[in-house]
Amino acid sequence: MQKATSNNSVVSRTDKESQIEYVLKTVEERKVDFIQLWFSDVLGTPKSFQITPAELENALEEGMTFDGSAIDGFSRVQESDVIALPDPTTFSLLPTDPTMARVFCDIYNLDLTPFEGCPRNTLRRALDRAHTLGYSFFAAPELEYFYFSKTEASHEPIPLDSGSYFELTVSDLGSQLRKRTVLALEDMGIPVEYSQHEDAPSQHEIDLRYTDALTMADNVMTTRLLTKEIAASSGISATFMPKPIAGVQGSGMHTHFSLFQGNKNAFYDPDAEYGLSVIAKQFIAGLLAHASEITAVTNQWVNSYKRLVVGYEAPVYVSWAQNNRSALVRVPKPKTNKPDSTRIEYRALDAAANPYLAFAVILGAGLLGIEREYKLGDQTFDNLFKMTPEQVTKQGIKSLPGNLDEAIREMDGSDLVRSVLGAHVFEWFVRNKRDEWSGYKTHVSQYELDRYLGHL
Amino acid sequence: MEPLIVYPESAPYHVLKTLDEGGYPYISVNLVSKITQLEPEEGWSGAIVCADQNLDDAFFICRHLRTKEHQISPLLLVIDRPNLAKLELREDLCDDFVILPLDPRELQIRLQRLFFRTGRGLVQEVIEYGPLHVNLETYQASIGSRALDLTYMEYQLLTFLASHPGRVFDRETLLSRVWGYEYYGGARTVDVHVRRLRAKLGEQHETLIETVRSVGYRFGRHQRT
Repeated sequence: MQKATSNNSVVSRTDKESQIEYVLKTVEERKVDFIQLWFSDVLGTPKSFQITPAELENALEEGMTFDGSAIDGFSRVQESDVIALPDPTTFSLLPTDPTMARVFCDIYNLDLTPFEGCPRNTLRRALDRAHTLGYSFFAAPELEYFYFSKTEASHEPIPLDSGSYFELTVSDLGSQLRKRTVLALEDMGIPVEYSQHEDAPSQHEIDLRYTDALTMADNVMTTRLLTKEIAASSGISATFMPKPIAGVQGSGMHTHFSLFQGNKNAFYDPDAEYGLSVIAKQFIAGLLAHASEITAVTNQWVNSYKRLVVGYEAPVYVSWAQNNRSALVRVPKPKTNKPDSTRIEYRALDAAANPYLAFAVILGAGLLGIEREYKLGDQTFDNLFKMTPEQVTKQGIKSLPGNLDEAIREMDGSDLVRSVLGAHVFEWFVRNKRDEWSGYKTHVSQYELDRYLGHL
Repeated sequence: MEPLIVYPESAPYHVLKTLDEGGYPYISVNLVSKITQLEPEEGWSGAIVCADQNLDDAFFICRHLRTKEHQISPLLLVIDRPNLAKLELREDLCDDFVILPLDPRELQIRLQRLFFRTGRGLVQEVIEYGPLHVNLETYQASIGSRALDLTYMEYQLLTFLASHPGRVFDRETLLSRVWGYEYYGGARTVDVHVRRLRAKLGEQHETLIETVRSVGYRFGRHQRT
């Protein structure tokens, strides 16, 4: 046993060495001038610092030490210095500027143990757990977002067009920007499945092809950044804000998930009802049972809850269905000749979530369903949006938290979320979100002024 | 460079990986008869015999490769440390040896040294296949005159496939040989990477990597065996 371990460590070191050499040679050959080291704070905001090729070798081997106290969720009582260690397998040239490259980092403590505030570490821990149970976890998100004209003074969102779902528009700026974004993503090895004009004016969607959840979380970060950057270079702003305009569809990030056991899709069973294996049903049951607890993570902003309302394509009720877009979990029909495409779609997520933490809690909820063998209830055939809340309750269907405050309360009592996120992230997150809610609660909005100022 | 013989087919993973990374072409065999049957026109460049599973069989193969009929050189023996004593008075058996557990770095250097000394051709530095050009020294791949921007794993997968043109690999094999460790993605990851590689090769060249239905993938033209 000991022999095997020591042997492995030799090999992983040389693997790492050849990865590092690959990065160094590529930087030299392709004449890269700057390398951006990317990482995520606890809220999913991308952070980066830039280094030159001269600093790269040292950065790859020893990491870059920096003061974490300025980063959201990284602050600690005693030691504030942390190390950003690049993951050389994520190295890629930036298509928007060929003299630049980026590489994702993991954050470590000074003693080289994984830093508990690093979202990438959180997701990796969740994936390791799935791995010990024999599963690998795949994700394919659909990111929705808006393009708006940039206005100097106000924050008023001004759509670029009045297009709607799948509308074939003639060379409008939004579609051009989307196309450039898709090409840039493909250049970086992030394949795009579909991209289209969405339902609302100036709303667009980019669907990424499935890959393992850690790579996908990196890909979501990259997609958001490139989308914004390419828009900004044309003087346009792109936003993943969940509900930027009242009265039209918000921007979600419906995400398709599947579990594989080696080569085999663990969600698929040709002999079972709907082709859904017991594992799939237990996973869905786990998601539904813990949906309210994980909502603060999947929908982390005050504004997220303005999207989760009746009347649009966003879920409000904790239910599942095959073909019912009011459901929280939808089970799309796999293509008949492709049973491997069996998957579930979680529809609450929005594109302003931290993808690392969101994927981690979704996986955690599903795995709990499998481990504790939860029973999946019947699917919901009715359009819940056409029913009164009383009728829905009568059917025994619960609602998702209605606002950030409710979501935080649900999360605060959740052992599941605490164990998936780890104490450091969990406590910081709850504290931060309580602050956000109290700031919102005491704010007097335009809505109130318009309605009450003259009237009362 | 003509291929090396690797014995047996189930040679330790790190031996094969080191050969792959060094760009040494090889054919693994289990049977003595295959050594003559599969011999390349210009003869074998050498042999790596692994004695970790069956010492007697491995020694038998070594002796066989040293007969007048073959005289294959250089011959590198991979052997467990406790069996080192068995090499005494058998100086003719091999040109060099490495001990298990293996240090891949050591194997790499021994290989370089052996092939330099015997002058049978240095380590392969480029892979060329049709329009594809991979420089193993600088880690740069290009198709025609267009440089390919590859991630590390995409590069590893491409060089592995391209150094074994015509051979079909299943996903599990690719995963263990290219990724080499238990990877989050599992075998599905292979599909994802192949799709990306094809996209980067471009429409015109994406057929360089063919899907072999219900088996796996093959790089380049089909070869009769």
